[in-house]
Amino acid sequence: MHIRRSDEEIAANRARYEEHQKKGLEFAPKALPGKSAKPAPAIDAKKIMHQEKLPGGWYWWTRVKLNETLRIALDDGFSTVSVVAWNAEDPSERMNLPDTVKVQWTTGLGKGRVIFSDMGKVMFSITEDSSGAHDVLMGGSTASSNAKKYAGQNGPALRNTRDNFVLIATKAGLDKRDIPAALALFAPVRVDADGRFEWKPDLVSEGDYVDLRAEMDMIVGFSNCPHPLDPNPVYAPNPVSILRIAALEPAADDLCQTATAEAIRGFENNAFAAL
Amino acid sequence: MTSFIQTSPTRTLSNTAQDHYIAAEAPFSTFIKKGQVVRIEDSYGQQAVDTLFYNAHDFSERYSSQDTMREQGAAYISTGTKVISNEGRVMLTVTADSCGRHDTSAGACSCESNTVRFGHYTKYLHACRDNFVIEVSKHGMSKRDVVPNINFFMNVPIEPSGEMTIVDGISAPGDYVELKAEMDVLLVISNCPQINNPCNGFDPTPIRVLVWDDEAA
Ligand SMILES: [Zn+2]
Repeated sequence: MHIRRSDEEIAANRARYEEHQKKGLEFAPKALPGKSAKPAPAIDAKKIMHQEKLPGGWYWWTRVKLNETLRIALDDGFSTVSVVAWNAEDPSERMNLPDTVKVQWTTGLGKGRVIFSDMGKVMFSITEDSSGAHDVLMGGSTASSNAKKYAGQNGPALRNTRDNFVLIATKAGLDKRDIPAALALFAPVRVDADGRFEWKPDLVSEGDYVDLRAEMDMIVGFSNCPHPLDPNPVYAPNPVSILRIAALEPAADDLCQTATAEAIRGFENNAFAAL
Repeated sequence: MTSFIQTSPTRTLSNTAQDHYIAAEAPFSTFIKKGQVVRIEDSYGQQAVDTLFYNAHDFSERYSSQDTMREQGAAYISTGTKVISNEGRVMLTVTADSCGRHDTSAGACSCESNTVRFGHYTKYLHACRDNFVIEVSKHGMSKRDVVPNINFFMNVPIEPSGEMTIVDGISAPGDYVELKAEMDVLLVISNCPQINNPCNGFDPTPIRVLVWDDEAA
């Protein structure tokens, strides 16, 4: 026989949840200050630690240190870039998109939002973002999604995000078991009232960029392959620019660190773990 | 808790291959053979059932929420959904669903994410991620193997704006999903203990898991 919780306990918890939900949604305008202006602000050459031009279909991975920024930019036309990340010190801690969207009450990531690990810590702050059109739900392409989509174009032989991430994980000393759900940057996916996915191509264009500030030392992997929903029938990913920019200490009133109660608590977890 | 609902003339309480009672808040796992049908029953209603699947012969192949959503072009799970692995293969097919709303975007609750979502004072509460770690550890796996899961009976509407919140489940006592296994799988469940959001109506309750052999055999 199951003994249920009392009506009073249930009512108290419900009231507390509704208060959290109200606050989470009320804070949202501050966490989403709007899109960053184009073109992307120039970076002092002395601050650029590394510049990578990631060819279409390919992968790249790098280590980043706390407070460094990765700028991912569509300087050569449209493409979609899938991203995964692990804590460099303990790779069993990794990007967790379900937590990221759940705790921030939205699947819409953009300037002002943060990306969480599975340990309740912040991995990235999205300090600039000119499109706000990214996909947290569907991830990247696979051999089978390419085979289906590019049938007749030797689809199975085309490079795909899943295999790219297997290569990154393995070269970083990890395993395919370690690959988390991937964030797809510049993938304008929306969900309609019935839960069906829609692709909104007008939301992304050449020159769009995202700045991700590292909130811990990490291994970060990138894959530049067409998103499975990308309606282009031809496999034609453009090169993507990635800059690694030297660390800069965030200001006390940093937008991403202060915009929501959830981000503030996440950064408290980071601070405690760093002691 | 309601009485048994018969979904097929060949599927009765007396010919089950497995029949498990899973207490409120508890972890659980069992193997299901290819061709068998598993029923997950929300015995008391409004209970989120956090669920993972692994290939029984190679645990590195496991449920993939992103592959599953991509393959069906939609965010929610219901009858007809093919449960897809990280290797792009069909693990199971959802063959019946009396509820109609199941989530695979919001993941499992954890002590750590609870601190972020609800406040640091919620850290010391039972959570699904801990249940998953305990359960997969019995099979030689670790936290690294705990991936984004299905939340059967959990109601997480995603708005066209992207906004998402967990709202009250719509499942009534006795509601169920049935899945036919397309390969031998390890089923891992955390019967969600969350009391900070409405995924269980703030009141975790027991569930039941039943397995039948292939009825065509
Ligand atoms: Zn839970």
